[in-house]
Amino acid sequence: MTRLVPTGVLLLGALYCLLPVSWVLVAASKSPAELFTLGTFAPGSGLLGNLGELSAYRDGVFWRWMANTAFYAGGGALLSTAVSAVAGFALAKYRFRGRNLIFNVLIGGVLVPSVVLAVPQYLLFAKVGLADTYWAVLLPQILHPYGIYLARIYAGAAVPDSLLEAGRIDGGGEWRLLRTVGLPLMVPGMVTIFLFQFVAIWNNFLLPFIMLGDDGKFPLTVGLYTLLAAGANQPSLYNLIITGALLSIIPLIALFLTMQRYWRTDLSSGAVKG
Amino acid sequence: MLFLLFFALPIGYTVYLSLRRTKVSGLGLGKGSRQEVWAGADNLTAAVADGELWAGWLRVVGYGALVLVVMLGLALLFALLLDSAHARLARFSRIAIFLPYAVPGVVASLLWGFLYLPSLTPIGGVDFLGATAVTYSMANVAVWGGTGFNMLVLYTNLKAIPRSYYEAARIDGASELAIALRVKIPLLVPAIVLTTVFSLIATVQVFTEPTTLRPFSNTISSTWSPLMKVYRDAFVTGDLYSAAATSLVIAAVSLVVSFGFLRVVRGRAFGEVR
Repeated sequence: MTRLVPTGVLLLGALYCLLPVSWVLVAASKSPAELFTLGTFAPGSGLLGNLGELSAYRDGVFWRWMANTAFYAGGGALLSTAVSAVAGFALAKYRFRGRNLIFNVLIGGVLVPSVVLAVPQYLLFAKVGLADTYWAVLLPQILHPYGIYLARIYAGAAVPDSLLEAGRIDGGGEWRLLRTVGLPLMVPGMVTIFLFQFVAIWNNFLLPFIMLGDDGKFPLTVGLYTLLAAGANQPSLYNLIITGALLSIIPLIALFLTMQRYWRTDLSSGAVKG
Repeated sequence: MLFLLFFALPIGYTVYLSLRRTKVSGLGLGKGSRQEVWAGADNLTAAVADGELWAGWLRVVGYGALVLVVMLGLALLFALLLDSAHARLARFSRIAIFLPYAVPGVVASLLWGFLYLPSLTPIGGVDFLGATAVTYSMANVAVWGGTGFNMLVLYTNLKAIPRSYYEAARIDGASELAIALRVKIPLLVPAIVLTTVFSLIATVQVFTEPTTLRPFSNTISSTWSPLMKVYRDAFVTGDLYSAAATSLVIAAVSLVVSFGFLRVVRGRAFGEVR
């Protein structure tokens, strides 16, 4: 009894969480006709047909969305991790005036995420002529307060002051110390920040939705939404949307399963092993 | 003081970016006030007095209360079960429950949207997209997407609690349930506060789920949530100034709500951050 109940509840939770994912896996294999006739979880025979149709949809615009998303998420997460690491290192290891002020502003920044700022950001980008460009999606996501917050905590725990002191006595410049001592020690934490940022940008909908008008620059989320808005009343498009949804979650699920050990939130203990 | 010189650049950059962001949110209004000297205040009062916006807030409060209680409750329950010595298949359950985190909000809404459709749903007899059920259906999407992440945060915090506390409680004759209620939950309070604040902020700004479910159902208006109204004002009706004013109101509300909440429980959540 003491074993059955906790295990059963957890398995129920797992089942609930897997339900839509397993459904899309099955549904993507159904041809448009099979979608409405076969049982909900009965596999169909139209997977290749669906893939071909999706690839052919408007000259393969779907794959373009996929490439755009990879570019936004990869590039944005790299830049954001670099900025977070340097800023977090500086905040953790140097005492200077205004340090606490900056840190408190950052905490405030965590509490007001960029979502509310998306409209003002759009106005600003439109003013300098950058709206509806790749930059408009990339730039606002580079400074990420939560990333800096994590980096600061991680730098505080993983980089010993004595090591920096030793480096200084040996005559290392501050930039050199950062490059050769600070950043290498922070790599495991940076991987975690990178992953969280990558997923956040990959999943972002509002910012590209507001910033972009040209569907050649859309990421997957906005692209799938426009496909859905166009196809909600045409059941003949359902199989395209479902197949697209499946393809759009495969890369993240793969990343997620292969990078298991980096999905940690206890950076404060410095317990992430590299 | 050498540090200041060497790190002036990244910090300056950080400060510049964070300043720029705050400036940006002011600019939306500034633009309005430049055209008509007192337009700024007018827009704000109009936004505060707007009945449509209030109806949106009311919907979001109902929806948000539901999401917060169910999602965080489930996250806490699963985290405690994972941490208890009795659960089997814990690793599988943990991965499965965290999996929805890798699914973008748009795709999650889309998958559930299809599962809600009367022609595709495996559960007959319930109108998931009807006027009364739609709030619950939407809350379900948010709960599905958010439980895993919050569970992971709580679980990693549980892992950091020294095992000796439990030993002591066991020697005193406490049952597993009593340990969970009297030892684990009190120690988890800071983490619970943190996840609540982040979930609160995300809920105030709900946009993706109702927007993506809209094509499935005619019961979701284009101003269902406050942020949807901002979007409609800015990009459908083209009233940028009132959109900017409304987003300021949203920012103010999320700040007041989260700082108010933090004030109530202050010292516990951020007490450990030096």
